[in-house]
Amino acid sequence: MNKAGERLYNGFIKENPTFVLMLGMCPTLAVTTSAVNGLGMGLTTMVVLALSNLFISLLRGIIPGRVRIPAFIVIIASFVTIVQLLLEAYLPFLNKALGMYIPLIVVNCIILGRAEAYAYTNSPLPSLFDGIGMGLGFSFALTCIGAVRELLGAGKLFGMGVLPGSFTPIRIFTQAPGAFFVLAALVALQNYIKAKRKKAGKPYEKIGSGCTEDCMNCSEKGCTKRFYDPDGAQPAGREAENEKGSRRPAAKKKADLDVVDLEEEER
Amino acid sequence: MSALFKVSSNPHIRSKVTTNGIMLAVIAALMPATGFGIYNFGPRALAVILVTIASTVLTEFLFGLYKKKLTVTDLSAVVTGLLLALNLPVTIPLWMAALGGVFAILVVKMLFGGLGQNFMNPALAARCFLLISFPTAMTAFSCDAFTGATPLAALKAGEQVNIMDMVIGRTGGTIGETSVIALIIGACVLILLGVIDLRIPGSYILTFVLFTGIFGGHGFDPAFLSAQLAGGGLMLGAFFMATDYVTRPITIKGQYLFGIFLGIMTGIFRIFGPGAEGVSYAIILGNLLVPLMEKVTRPTAFGYRKGGRRHAK
Repeated sequence: MNKAGERLYNGFIKENPTFVLMLGMCPTLAVTTSAVNGLGMGLTTMVVLALSNLFISLLRGIIPGRVRIPAFIVIIASFVTIVQLLLEAYLPFLNKALGMYIPLIVVNCIILGRAEAYAYTNSPLPSLFDGIGMGLGFSFALTCIGAVRELLGAGKLFGMGVLPGSFTPIRIFTQAPGAFFVLAALVALQNYIKAKRKKAGKPYEKIGSGCTEDCMNCSEKGCTKRFYDPDGAQPAGREAENEKGSRRPAAKKKADLDVVDLEEEER
Repeated sequence: MSALFKVSSNPHIRSKVTTNGIMLAVIAALMPATGFGIYNFGPRALAVILVTIASTVLTEFLFGLYKKKLTVTDLSAVVTGLLLALNLPVTIPLWMAALGGVFAILVVKMLFGGLGQNFMNPALAARCFLLISFPTAMTAFSCDAFTGATPLAALKAGEQVNIMDMVIGRTGGTIGETSVIALIIGACVLILLGVIDLRIPGSYILTFVLFTGIFGGHGFDPAFLSAQLAGGGLMLGAFFMATDYVTRPITIKGQYLFGIFLGIMTGIFRIFGPGAEGVSYAIILGNLLVPLMEKVTRPTAFGYRKGGRRHAK
């Protein structure tokens, strides 16, 4: 599978930000009162995610490692502002429905997470597709949650009445507890399907060999890119790697990190 | 051969108390309230009770089949169903009652690991689920074809209520909560059988009386206080729901703390909240805080200093 396709697949199914990574829970739970809201939130996030991934990847050579988070935020915030103004101009009803959650995309952990985990260390094109894949996965998940909540809580789907009039809406599904119920049920469903596929010998995880950035399901030891080590070692590798932009032996990296810490303490 | 010793691992002393026995005692103790509910609200109350119990038992049975571990025989599903039915208004559509039963067993109890693992009282969680989902159907109380406010709502609106009617139970409300006498009889049975003790109900009711007396706006007026005590689900909640073995604190100090917390929360909900009733929400909120209450009231083991550290040699 080519790199772009693999990133799309990774974002949509294997590392779906909502159902697998459990990131960005705040908009997931708050705005999915209807399918349209979920879809709108997902697509808005996707646009910001793809563009910010692309630009962070393009600028990764000149962003200093130590101030990369503020730099990411500035880039993301610029795109969020653009998207919000566009929504206000062309889709005012969606802007009104999503309200506060549009500016809050700036601090959405999916976007910051992808910037940190993928875009900052990879070339622009795969980063763009990583953003699109993740964004599509997020949109898909939010639309699913929104559709179930709208169907049960209001008897409608995408604003149209689909259930007979005798159906009594179960109001709890349009309120906060319903969001948790539906999310949990959908996560359980996808885990069930994945477990079944694995049992049948067709696991989703097999596709895409080599490093898939899936540190949670990776058993490879001594990987310099991983966030955390199952054996309990500190995630020192990544920090130093970003600092220097190249891979070094683990011991050397630890020494680098100690120096950095001391400098910060003196300040 | 009779001199053979029986070899087994501990524990060696076993209590004769079984889950079945306790559940049976609770069912028996709920019978007066159930009977009065059916007498007061008519045959439809019986239908609601039967449908709710059927749905809880069936859910537990089907889940047991799926998990290949049948737990339906411990009667806990019957107790949950009965308690839930006693917490429903008589006019509720039967499918809503059944849905509540499924929610209580499937979501609140079985998904968390079955009896003993549920972090919340299943019957009350289901009642709150129904209350949020179908607010109109869940608050349509009627009695003898007379639809009107419950005594507690009337009391909140500043009207006079007949306390004698409330004690006997000839008022509107959910199926099982109206008759204080029937509930007290059941509670006495449970206390005499040693299934529950007065720690939680006592501290709950006492705190509630103090709180209502101080903040209720009527001072310690006996008429107002006794109406507050007899109204709503306080008696049902205090004796049958708050004392649920699974969702109350294990430590004795913790149980007092639990009762006090419930009393304060019920008082706050009833006096300052928008609704007239607050027992169910108070109890499930208390259920959520039980682990914390157990943590702060953990007794010191023999030979240890306060705080769990061992004495210095």
